[in-house]
Amino acid sequence: MTDTSLELIELGAVFFGLGLLGRFAGRIGLSPIPLYLIGGLVFGEGGLLPLGGIEKFTSLAGEIGVVLLLLLLGLEYSAAELVTGLRRSWVAGLLDIVLNTAPGAAVALILGWGPIGAFVMAGVTYISSSGIIAKVLGDLGRLGNRETPVVLSILVFEDLVMALYLPILTAVLVGVSLVGGLTAVGIAAGVLAVVLVVALRYGRFVSAIVDSPDREVFLLKVLGAALLVAGFASAMQVSAAVGAFLLGIAISGSTAENATKMLEPLRDLFAAVFFVVFGLNTDPASIPPVLGWAVVLAVSTTLTKLATGWWAARRQGIGPLGRARAGAALVARGEFSIVIAGLAVSYAAVDGELAALATTYVLLMAVLGPVAARVVEPLARKLRADRPLTNPTTAH
Amino acid sequence: MNVEVTPLPGIGVRKDFALRGGRRIGVVTHRDGKIELIISKSDDPDACLAELPLSADEAGALANLLGAPQLVAQLTEEHRDLPGIHTRQIPVGPPFDGRTLGDTALRTRTGVSVVAVMRAGQVHPSPTPDFTLTAGDLMVTVGTSEGLDNAVRILKRG
Repeated sequence: MTDTSLELIELGAVFFGLGLLGRFAGRIGLSPIPLYLIGGLVFGEGGLLPLGGIEKFTSLAGEIGVVLLLLLLGLEYSAAELVTGLRRSWVAGLLDIVLNTAPGAAVALILGWGPIGAFVMAGVTYISSSGIIAKVLGDLGRLGNRETPVVLSILVFEDLVMALYLPILTAVLVGVSLVGGLTAVGIAAGVLAVVLVVALRYGRFVSAIVDSPDREVFLLKVLGAALLVAGFASAMQVSAAVGAFLLGIAISGSTAENATKMLEPLRDLFAAVFFVVFGLNTDPASIPPVLGWAVVLAVSTTLTKLATGWWAARRQGIGPLGRARAGAALVARGEFSIVIAGLAVSYAAVDGELAALATTYVLLMAVLGPVAARVVEPLARKLRADRPLTNPTTAH
Repeated sequence: MNVEVTPLPGIGVRKDFALRGGRRIGVVTHRDGKIELIISKSDDPDACLAELPLSADEAGALANLLGAPQLVAQLTEEHRDLPGIHTRQIPVGPPFDGRTLGDTALRTRTGVSVVAVMRAGQVHPSPTPDFTLTAGDLMVTVGTSEGLDNAVRILKRG
């Protein structure tokens, strides 16, 4: 058998296996992300079935997966939505940052991973998974609920924070000085502001550059533009992912909608590879030692997200049940926690155990998030029914 | 009526208003054009009792059902002084899908006048004979009881 045929067979087996896992996840109402990670653990170094020869392809495909994840995140929100979201939810957004970065940073410091490890873990525990959350809200029929705009605007805020956080993280990981770090912050903030203004005022010109009535031409132009921007951003140490995110914001209107529709399957494919690659690079044997800490983080950050959602919803005059739903909806962590951990691991500036902890944490949270969103309402109703004098409720 | 418009970033727009009883009713319009009808729960005004996905046709039919009786009531009120004249809403059946109002020859065959055609919640007043009908349209008609009964039969069977 030639090398190529072996590689094709391996790749085919991986994709087919992921397809089966994804179908299984859909059956039991789960996000497929934790199963992809487990798939990576099984195939990878120290796993049951180590694969050889396709690393070159999978690592590049994983990078493209990150670029597409962030590009579609940018496409999802128009610049106007981002600006309104920022204006409406910045107080809740700041509380979100304080409450949810603290547990990750604290655990990293206790484990002796230093300030860089703390900065990475802070990001991992902070960022909710907008993909999982949007799907859960739709599945549970909560799009018309009054607390849903509160949840969505916190997600919008988190995504803007990501656009600032990732360049800073990149700068920190390559080991620049304090001045260099501050410059990176300044450049990131400046570029973000410029992109928002350009997208608000001249978004149609950016869209016109990539737009085309021909599907094939459009696909190649959008994908090409995304990879070009990501590559140049990466060369300037601003993080490839952020470049793609900003391009996504700048593309607007019907062009954005068409691009989303066309790129979604590609994103799903390459992002799946990215999760598998991340799992591949994590040695399953390194998980048991960090399991205890992962559980501690899971419990504490579930509570902090609940508190964030509760407080943000109360500010908007939402009732207690709605506040509980808003908090529980925010619990899920997923793709972006892995993007952050993956970036950190690729620079080898952090402890190897960090990848194991991040994997375990996301495995827990991607499963726990949708479950929390589902059980919170019956649970809250039961709690209220136990105190009928203070809060009378009628059963359905 | 005070319709509240709330953007849902990444999803679309929610438009709703409060009913007299305190419940909210409205629609969530997705960015790709999908429409969902939402009705809030009675014991928890923040939550929704139901979120029903509607196709464009279904939304239009529902809008007709809600809008046409008002128009009929208004016309009935205006014709109250003329005994024997009635107003009725009649659905257009499949035989006239894509054909013109003139093809029905309602006026000649039943003496009934078509005052308006309701389509997707919109009123098309005083349609001309070359007005093209679609199955599911509601005709608002004026005539005698007998004429209206005949018109119902014609529009249903052709």
